[in-house]
Amino acid sequence: MSARPCAIVGIGQTHHKSRRLDVSFGGLVREAVFRALDDAQMTMADIDAVVLGKAPDLFEGVMKPELYLSDALGAVGKPMFRVHTAGSVGGTTAIVAASHIQVGKHRRVLAVAFEKQSEGNAQFALGSGRGASLGAGGAFAPFIRAYIHRSGAPEHIGWKVAVKDRLNALKNPYAHLKIEDISIEKVKASPMMWEPIRFLESCPSSDGACAMVLTDEEGGKEAAAAGRKPAWVLGTSSRSEPPSFPGRDPVRPQAALQCAADVYSQAGITDPRRQIDMAELYVPFSWHEPIWLECFGLADEGEGWKLVDDGTTELGGSLPINASGGVLSSNPIGASGLLRFAEAANQVRGAAGEHQVEGANVAIGMAYGANSQYFSTWAVGSSLQPFG
Amino acid sequence: MSLGGAGRGGDIAVVGWAHTPLVRHTDKSETQMLMDAISDALDPLGLTRADIDFTCLGSCDYITGQAFSFVSNLDAIGAWPPKRDSHVEMDGAWALYEAWLRLQEGDIEIAVVTGSGRSSTGDPSLIYPMEMDPYFLAPLGADPLTFAALQARAVIKAGIADERKMAEVAVRARGKGDVDALLTEEYMRQPLRRHDVPPITDGAAAMVLTTGDRARQLVDRPAYITGFDHRTECHNPSFRALDDSPSTRLAAEAAGLGDGPVEIAELQAAFTHEELLLARVLGLGGDVAVNPSGGALRANPIMATGLCRIGYAANHIRDGGHRALAHSTSGPCLQQNLVCILEDTP
Repeated sequence: MSARPCAIVGIGQTHHKSRRLDVSFGGLVREAVFRALDDAQMTMADIDAVVLGKAPDLFEGVMKPELYLSDALGAVGKPMFRVHTAGSVGGTTAIVAASHIQVGKHRRVLAVAFEKQSEGNAQFALGSGRGASLGAGGAFAPFIRAYIHRSGAPEHIGWKVAVKDRLNALKNPYAHLKIEDISIEKVKASPMMWEPIRFLESCPSSDGACAMVLTDEEGGKEAAAAGRKPAWVLGTSSRSEPPSFPGRDPVRPQAALQCAADVYSQAGITDPRRQIDMAELYVPFSWHEPIWLECFGLADEGEGWKLVDDGTTELGGSLPINASGGVLSSNPIGASGLLRFAEAANQVRGAAGEHQVEGANVAIGMAYGANSQYFSTWAVGSSLQPFG
Repeated sequence: MSLGGAGRGGDIAVVGWAHTPLVRHTDKSETQMLMDAISDALDPLGLTRADIDFTCLGSCDYITGQAFSFVSNLDAIGAWPPKRDSHVEMDGAWALYEAWLRLQEGDIEIAVVTGSGRSSTGDPSLIYPMEMDPYFLAPLGADPLTFAALQARAVIKAGIADERKMAEVAVRARGKGDVDALLTEEYMRQPLRRHDVPPITDGAAAMVLTTGDRARQLVDRPAYITGFDHRTECHNPSFRALDDSPSTRLAAEAAGLGDGPVEIAELQAAFTHEELLLARVLGLGGDVAVNPSGGALRANPIMATGLCRIGYAANHIRDGGHRALAHSTSGPCLQQNLVCILEDTP
């Protein structure tokens, strides 16, 4: 038994907005699914199995929505699988879908993730309706303060990430936030939300969906022969650790370190900073960029902020991060992880349009969830042996 | 290692499982229940939590009554150092499916999967309408009993069941009661009486799944998973033939049920007519013992009920059986169905 090759041959996403009142849940996911199927030059009839991911059902008040969405997703008569691993769920959705291919269970799998946040109140749901919810910003601010304390990073680092990702979003037709006049001054002048996170350093709340068609080696080669470049899965990994206990380090979680090491070992990545051409990291608050750069070995411990400061992580830099605009620009929570995985795949397919990173052959997509506890990551390449 | 003609899986086996007491109500949290279930599944095998390579938990926030309810369950699996881990908002039977796929990747050996739920803390008639189409069906507020009654009527009309046969199922499952007496009871929703309806149960189950080589070291008679598949259907019960279960039939075919006889079938039939319908659709003859455990009519720990079916089927193999079928379901009127075939040889 061993893992077989898996290729991504179709990717689609919705236009993400605060309120997609023009579509139902079904309409929202179908918008992404049909874009992915068109991209793969397939129809629903070609799909063998569907994997659906989303964050808590309490966000929308629809319990086990895979039941209601079976028709909209063309899953009738097929396996329909539902994943939920907190904020990392979009990433896990792609990983579980890939698993179906890698063990030869199915040949063409559709991975779908969505959130329609406008249908409910995420803040209410995070507290399970009991009030007293800190919200994500309130939960993560102490970790960010700890990072700043340890690394000695100057306060403008967060502002720079916020500006960079919003500039990237201007090149992404699907991005939710389009802040044409974004600037350091504008970020700095925005209200303080959770010290040191300002309003414009925070992710939006979005309605949106993402879909991806995964197939086997033969399917990937067929797409390539037809001039439609696939992305190849080089490694996948998920790691979780408990919420809290003495000695746990939420700034540099063991689960993140292990997740990175696992993916790199599968992908043959020994020098991530040089071998990875770009990364889509789950950055809901600006400071998570340097934090994850360090956890994922793209910068030494305590040095991540310097890659932000010197422009390395900008679209034109030597290690672009979140060329799509990232979670800071579009955040349909359950889909945010799959969007990271999908954007990484689109980059190595050369299909990222205006926000394409030139010569991207190896990319990683990463998502995390809960109290910085759930991590999922994949590495994708323009070929199965990108390092020769 | 070949993967079987239809991708039916490699050499993977259930080597042990345990469930907590299945009770009307417990004050233990889901995490506490899982602590017990996981320890009870691992201890007889001489394994500890440190030996687990992969975990996949099955639970439902709406049953627990809390968003991200599964996160605290990481304490029960002992995810320190961190673990390869996943969670499905589905019955533990589907968690087993994910682990079965994951082990076939070949790099790891031991997985633990769980299913857990405390139905006693909520009101099913308020919770279940929320799993319906939010635009056209949820607003009707129809509870699970109502949908089950609709299906029971269709199944009776098709001649697959009648009220007496349904009462007989209830008596056999619970090992008590008198059919004639039961049939004099009032209807809850015609044609369903109290005996046709599952109990409300709190409980959790944990199962240990390993690759074949490891399984043979750990136990004398591993229960090899030789077929595993699940399928869904159209959501709206009005658009389905409720006297049939095509997704069960498809899953059974894909799992290779027809490749040989089974001695027992553990079906997740929460209502008496569901057992009769599923047995018909699966073509189970009179020689197949259906739900010798008592099934979901005896204990129905939602989100673990399906995993328990697989557990009892694995017990049958452990105790000398050759081939067993286990089934799980989700959604209104058996919308989504899973079939797992367990055998004494890989």
